[in-house]
Amino acid sequence: MHLVVQACILGVLTGGVYALMASGLTLVFGVMRVINVAQGALVILSAYLSWALFTHFQVDPFLSVLIVAPLIFALGVGVQLVFIRSLRSEQAEELSLLITWALALGIEGVLGAVYETTYRATNTSYANSAWTIFGYQVSVVRAYAFGLCVAVLVLLYLLLARTRFGRSVRATVQNPSSALLLGVNADRVRALAFGIGVSTAAAAGAVYGVLYPFNPGSHYDLISRLLSIVVLGGLGSVAGAVAAALMMGVVEAVVAVEISPVWSSFSYFVVLVAILLLRPQGFFGARERTL
Amino acid sequence: MSSAALLTAEGLTKRFGGVVAVEDCTFSVPTGTITALVGPNGSGKTTVFNLLTGYLRADAGTVAFAGRRIRRPDPIRLYRAGLTRTFQQARIFPDLTLVENLVVAIQQPWRTIVCRAIGRDDRSRAFELLEEFGLVQLAEARAGSLSYGQKKLLEFATVLMAEPQLVLLDEPTAGVNPVMVAAIETRIRELNARGLTFLVVEHNMNLVMRLCDPVIVLDHGTKLAEGRPADVRNDARVLDAYLGA
Amino acid sequence: MRWITPGGLLRGGGVFGLLAAFPFVERTDWIVNIGVFTLMYAGLATAWNLFSGYTGYISLGQAAFFGIGAYATGITFEHISIGSGYRPFYALPLIGLAVGLVSVPVAWVALRTRAMTFAIVTLMLLFIVQQLAFNLRSITHGSQGVAVPQPTFASNFDRPYYLAMLSVLALAMLICWYVRRSKLGLMLLGIRDDEEKARGLGVRVTGAKLIAWALSVGLTAMIGGIWGYYLFSIYPESAVDPLVMIGAVLMAFLGGKGTLWGPMIGAFVLVPAQQWALTSYGATRLYLIAYAGVFVLVLLLLPRGIVPSLADLVSRRRFRATDRPDVRPTVERVAS
Repeated sequence: MHLVVQACILGVLTGGVYALMASGLTLVFGVMRVINVAQGALVILSAYLSWALFTHFQVDPFLSVLIVAPLIFALGVGVQLVFIRSLRSEQAEELSLLITWALALGIEGVLGAVYETTYRATNTSYANSAWTIFGYQVSVVRAYAFGLCVAVLVLLYLLLARTRFGRSVRATVQNPSSALLLGVNADRVRALAFGIGVSTAAAAGAVYGVLYPFNPGSHYDLISRLLSIVVLGGLGSVAGAVAAALMMGVVEAVVAVEISPVWSSFSYFVVLVAILLLRPQGFFGARERTL
Repeated sequence: MSSAALLTAEGLTKRFGGVVAVEDCTFSVPTGTITALVGPNGSGKTTVFNLLTGYLRADAGTVAFAGRRIRRPDPIRLYRAGLTRTFQQARIFPDLTLVENLVVAIQQPWRTIVCRAIGRDDRSRAFELLEEFGLVQLAEARAGSLSYGQKKLLEFATVLMAEPQLVLLDEPTAGVNPVMVAAIETRIRELNARGLTFLVVEHNMNLVMRLCDPVIVLDHGTKLAEGRPADVRNDARVLDAYLGA
Repeated sequence: MRWITPGGLLRGGGVFGLLAAFPFVERTDWIVNIGVFTLMYAGLATAWNLFSGYTGYISLGQAAFFGIGAYATGITFEHISIGSGYRPFYALPLIGLAVGLVSVPVAWVALRTRAMTFAIVTLMLLFIVQQLAFNLRSITHGSQGVAVPQPTFASNFDRPYYLAMLSVLALAMLICWYVRRSKLGLMLLGIRDDEEKARGLGVRVTGAKLIAWALSVGLTAMIGGIWGYYLFSIYPESAVDPLVMIGAVLMAFLGGKGTLWGPMIGAFVLVPAQQWALTSYGATRLYLIAYAGVFVLVLLLLPRGIVPSLADLVSRRRFRATDRPDVRPTVERVAS
């Protein structure tokens, strides 16, 4: 029992980080029907940036978020304006899936060219310290990372719920053509939403390197988790993505202690298949039906 | 209801979230009639169509077709049983030719899937219908290149390929020029004379009054009135619903 | 539409005759090696097209079955003596059939979703199979890989593989051609245009999709099987490689998905360039960057592919020549 509770704590803390990455992914889908396969690669890119800032300039990874996130935001806006916006074909959705995949390959290629394929990790002074609460170990970096991700998620929530821009975004998610009629500047909303969506990857990526070792190829593992999460939560639903991420974090950690660490990441796929059988649209998603 | 009813709906109910689109809706379509389903915008006519044809699952209520209760309406099985529909926005297969559009709609047993796409019989049946609908000179054109009115005609022709018993027409004349409206009206009359039953959603009241009997009026997802066109027209509740009292 | 036209017969016979003669004329090993890869990708892209091109459901999981095919041959011949000469290739149809059938329940689950979700779910399939290949050590030996015993050929090492790949490609093309002209093909195209409408017209959409899926997967597994022999050793990373998947999809897009010759043409354009880039930049990751660049260019400049764009050009010429106002070659879609 002790182990299971310990695993649950770990699961929630990890799940929080994935929740942040996945919320950006699902937000982008909601606004512009684009699945950004490069989300994982952008996490890794941010992890490298934060690692570089730490090793060369001793910038704490939790502070480097403030530098990395705006950079990736700009990159995201650029990618949207240059590549995705120009997909005017009738199958823009499918094409965007492939074009963001190409982007992921490009990022992997650039990182590989610069940093080779050796694994890196951002080793801060507090990387291995832990608090003991009621007899349970809580890793300090994981707690900080969780805290950071929750903070960014709250910011994202406030942005969507309280601002004019947030209203435009929600209107676009619910009904793109009406939003257009109501005077929403679709191009601007899309570009900003894409920028925000990828900067969640950046924020989570800056701390990712503290939690896990990574190399340029790590993005496949990440994107497979993130895609399971957003499908589980229902494509386009931020709340669903957060719930699914927390759930999967816990399931993965519990499987790791109860069954075998080898099969822990496989639990994602098992849950995914189960959900597809019961509720193909995910927890919160609407059915993708054209009627 | 009456024993001659081809289609009956009883207590149909559908909610979308908290919004009730159709509530406890009961009506029947007598065999051999051209029944109209009318009502103000948003009164739930298209939702009723979707419930009847299995495109949406009803929260409550039953549907019976040709004397048999249909437990879980499914478009494929209903089509094979002889019930078919058109859509409000004419839905055709834009990348296929007109002939191909029609041949898709022929009921095929599984073993024929290895046969060539358009057999000799399929072709002559398709041309027969294209002739009737005045589209024969466009037989090999891409359906996507047709005008809107032609698409409506093509969709109408398509649903006739399998010789159904009941056709649900969702606004057959909306957005169609007057000449085409007359053509469609004639087609409906001729087919009805040959024994085909229709349930028509239509906004053109003049057409409904000329063509349909009985007329069913929906408002807020429930049946408001039903009867002969003249009676319905003079019903005070119907006037209220339309004029928004 | 007639079954066989003289032009089509000439085209098919001519192209495949030339391809069959190629390794007997050109004997340089590395060139024939590029030929093997080209045919492999042409086959994969054509098989992908059979499902995704015709139904409009973008599958990103086909490479999972490529890997399963490779493992199936590897594991089979670990236990059974491989024989010599062409004999191992005779097992391929069985592997294709078995993998195709086994994949049907998987597809049935995946096909409960539509459009983007389907693409994602099939992409997950790729990761699932790769993870299984790592984890089921008793069968796949995990990351150590499966060593396939080398079949013995008298001479010209690459040629038998070339001919085997060519045979599967020919089979794939034949099936694609046949399906396109059959009632199944008409059903699939109906599904691609408007699946809900097709359901309303009594088209058994799920069955049609599953048949196309099984055919596509079976062919993919056969190609994987040949590839397994060719490399002698099968590892999870290389057998189930997202790059193989994206490569095949890219080629189908470049040539024109949904067309008969498009995917093959796409492969013949891209693979030689790809292999050249791999040998030139293989050591560094520049290869990936170049790949990504080509990909983006293809999607932005030629989203409909070579074959449809050429066909458009031709019909526009004809349209101008005959000046018939009633049939316009415009591309328009009814959004509903």
